Amino acid sequence: MELLINGESRQFSSPLTVAELVLTLNHAGKRIAVERNGEIVPRSRHGETMLADGDRVEIVVAVGGG
Amino acid sequence: MPSSPHSLTVAGTTYRSRLLVGTGKYKDFAETRAAIDASGAEIVTVAIRRTNIGQNDGEPNLLDVLPPSQFTILPNTAGCYTAADAVRTLRLARELLEGHALCKLEVLGDPTSLFPNMPETLKAAETLVKEGFEVMVYCADDPIQAKMLEEIGCVAVMPLASLIGSGMGIVNPWNLRLIIDNARVPVLVDAGVGTASDAAVAMELGCDGVLMNTAIAHARAPLLMASAMKKAVEAGREAFLAGRMPRKYYSADPSSPTTGLIGS
Repeated sequence: MELLINGESRQFSSPLTVAELVLTLNHAGKRIAVERNGEIVPRSRHGETMLADGDRVEIVVAVGGG
Repeated sequence: MPSSPHSLTVAGTTYRSRLLVGTGKYKDFAETRAAIDASGAEIVTVAIRRTNIGQNDGEPNLLDVLPPSQFTILPNTAGCYTAADAVRTLRLARELLEGHALCKLEVLGDPTSLFPNMPETLKAAETLVKEGFEVMVYCADDPIQAKMLEEIGCVAVMPLASLIGSGMGIVNPWNLRLIIDNARVPVLVDAGVGTASDAAVAMELGCDGVLMNTAIAHARAPLLMASAMKKAVEAGREAFLAGRMPRKYYSADPSSPTTGLIGS
C-alpha cells in the first residue's frame, strides 16, 4: 500500500489505521494534527480510521512563526 | 480579572497584555521562551507546518516550550496565498489545539511585499466565522475593508503599520486612525514595528494592541528589546488615555511663572 505523507511517498506492507501510522512515525502522544485527503481526522477517530492505498495524509505541528 | 489599562479583551476574554508576540526567527527555543517572558505577552502566535516524518525523533516541540496552559496560542496562516489554504490550515490548527477557536488569519498577496490579498482574506474570514472560529485578521490599512472584516464577524482587525518584517514603523498613521475611529472591535497593529517608539506611537494613536515578531527576534539583544516593547506598549496606552496636550505650532508657552523674577 502506498501513502503520500506530507508530500512524500511511503510504502506499507499491510493496511493500517491513522493511529498505527502515527505510532510508526514516532509521533504517538505528541501535539500533532492529521488530515486525510483534505479532511481532518479527529484525534478520537485515529484508532478506527483505516488508511487506503493512495491516501494523501498531512501531519502538522506548531512551529515558530509570526 | 480586575480591569487594568493594560489588559486587552478579545472575543469576551481578557488578556493581561496588549502586546502580542510571534515565536519565529529566534536562535533557539530557550531564547524564544525567555524573550516572550520578558515581553509579558500572553497571546503568542505560532505557524502550522508539516512535521518531519521520522528523520528527527525527539525533536523538541514548540508547544512544550510554550504550553497552552500558560499562554494563549494564536495559530496563524502565514505563508498561505489562498482562502482555501488558510481555512485548511486553521482547521488543522483547531484540531492540534483541541478545539481552540481563536486564530490569526493572514492571506498573502505576493512574496516580495507580503501584502495581504484582501479579496481572499475576506473570503476566508466568511468561511472561518461560519465555522465558529474567532478570527483576528491581518489586513491592509484600508478603513473600508477593515470595516467589512468586522461586519463579517472578525473579533479583531489587525492592519499592517508597514511591511511584515520591514521594521519601517508606522508609515500611515492617518489610515490607522480612520480604522480605529470606525471600529467596534479591537484594532491591533500587526507588522512593521521596528523599535519601542513605533509601538508607543501605535498605542498613542489609540490602537488596542500591537503584534510583533521580528522587532524583538532580530534586535541585537532580543530579551532587552522584549522588555522595551512591554514598556512602550504600556507607556503608549497610558499616554493615549491621558490625552496629549494640544500642539501649539507658532507660540511657545513657558512652564515657569512669568512674574516674581528677581530684579523686576
